[in-house]
Amino acid sequence: MLDIQNITVAYHGQPFLQDFSLHMKRGEIISLVGESGSGKTTAIRSILGLLPQEGELVSGDILFEGKSLPEYSEKEMQKLRGSRISMIFQDSGAMLNPIRKIGSQYIEYIQKHEKLSHKAAEEKAVAMLEAMRLSEPERIMKSYGFQLSGGMRQRVGIAMAMTFEPELLLADEPTAALDVTTQAQIVRQMMELRKNHGTSIILVTHNLGVAAYMSDRIVVMQNGSIVEEGDRKTILEQPGCAYTRKLLAAVPNMYGEGYV
Amino acid sequence: MKKNRLVSRLIQMCVVLIGISFLTFLLTYLAPGDPATAMYDSLGITPSPEMLEQARQSMGLDKPFLQQYVDWIGGIFHGDFGTSFSKSAPVLDLLMKRLPATFRLALFSLGLMLIVSVPLGILSAVRQDGIADYIVRFLSFLGISLPGFLIGLILLYVFALKLGLVKVASSSVGMEQMLLPGITLAIAMASKYSRQVRTAVLEELHQDYVTGARARGMNQWEILFRQVLPNAMLPLVTMLGLSFGSLLGGTSVVEIIFSYPGLGILAVGAVKARDYPLIQGFVLWIALIYMVVNLLVDISYHYIDPRTREGENG
Repeated sequence: MLDIQNITVAYHGQPFLQDFSLHMKRGEIISLVGESGSGKTTAIRSILGLLPQEGELVSGDILFEGKSLPEYSEKEMQKLRGSRISMIFQDSGAMLNPIRKIGSQYIEYIQKHEKLSHKAAEEKAVAMLEAMRLSEPERIMKSYGFQLSGGMRQRVGIAMAMTFEPELLLADEPTAALDVTTQAQIVRQMMELRKNHGTSIILVTHNLGVAAYMSDRIVVMQNGSIVEEGDRKTILEQPGCAYTRKLLAAVPNMYGEGYV
Repeated sequence: MKKNRLVSRLIQMCVVLIGISFLTFLLTYLAPGDPATAMYDSLGITPSPEMLEQARQSMGLDKPFLQQYVDWIGGIFHGDFGTSFSKSAPVLDLLMKRLPATFRLALFSLGLMLIVSVPLGILSAVRQDGIADYIVRFLSFLGISLPGFLIGLILLYVFALKLGLVKVASSSVGMEQMLLPGITLAIAMASKYSRQVRTAVLEELHQDYVTGARARGMNQWEILFRQVLPNAMLPLVTMLGLSFGSLLGGTSVVEIIFSYPGLGILAVGAVKARDYPLIQGFVLWIALIYMVVNLLVDISYHYIDPRTREGENG
């Protein structure tokens, strides 16, 4: 479904992410793990063409359902973003305009990708929020981002990202800003997305516990390159690379055996 | 804004106004020069010592300082700001007569400035480091560097003298009379504002919510007009308040150049004539207008920026 072939991304002309490849099947969950600055976020942002201004894809190709994304026009990419490929962020609340109500932005987003009346779009949004088990969805629609808790904001972000049942969900540290209880809820809800819709997920995280719990395969990154990749069991039980062993050793024990 | 916060702001304003009125009164009292002499000078009379003494008495200048101040403040509470020495007319009437012209010029130049500076600032930010950006930045640099009187004189020379499109001076205050002074004021302000708009838009373009909007498939125009601009305009409201306040205080230089009958000319005349009541009335007016405009700005933020409502309604 997604085939990233040897991409190199440069910032200010300096190569940062080097020779990154990833092959992904439908319904698969892959985690990219590694320390800050290892290129995880750059890798998933380059899929959507959402690199910062100074970033540039210098070589390689990204095939999505057999079509080359870097060759898409800006307009074609805009159609793809938020409908067939969605993204959630560390703080999805911060990804919304702080001075506009959540509802107005959600409705705007729905109407962008689907010809719906304001009322129908609103109903769809409320239904999505309900599906994410957010109580009082009408009140959330009338709230501003800063009025909600971190966990609620994140669920709003996931609800929005799932509105059009994307084939691919890119999750950039979706649980990093949350407390452990909320983390567990969000992780479970993301797992349900795959079960119910067959969504493929690329999860960027430095939390090996979450990566171990959720993913089929784990890709370990360091300094802009892949140092090791394999299925979950292999990476966790027989890590081949010294860096992976270090990462595993750095996981605090509080997650217990259930995770790592 | 909460009701009790509003009330405390109003009380605060009164305290500040009283403080300002006292300081102004003190300063004009301490300033060298004798208003009585100045009054006869302005009438072209050489007064005898008896005449001076009598004039001082009628102006209340022979009383002790505090007595003078209390008399003055007491009068203000009854709507009597004193009588202008030089114009022999009530201060309040003089100010009110000039106010409409100043008010109209202020609105006109602000509007003109916004029409020019907002689009240019946006263009400059969107095409950062492009040709358009350099041109706008150069023009705004020029506009900031050139003093207002020079711009005014150039405009006057070109449009009034050479092209004859407008009259050099006129006693009425219609659109035609406002045009050149308005443009002069707008040029200086637009230079400042276009940079401010550029900076604000650039800053907002790097915010997370812009990335979020892009990830939701919004195109650059939707992002610019529905996401970035409303946020970028927030800091502008404060600046607009300050500009409006200073414009309502009159713009002496520009008014003098174009013989525009606003508050600025009145104020300069009052200073020249050592017309204490008029100066004091004018200063009080400026203090009042600044505080009222600032209060309005603060109140408006309550409506345009939901974050400032935090803690008031949950």
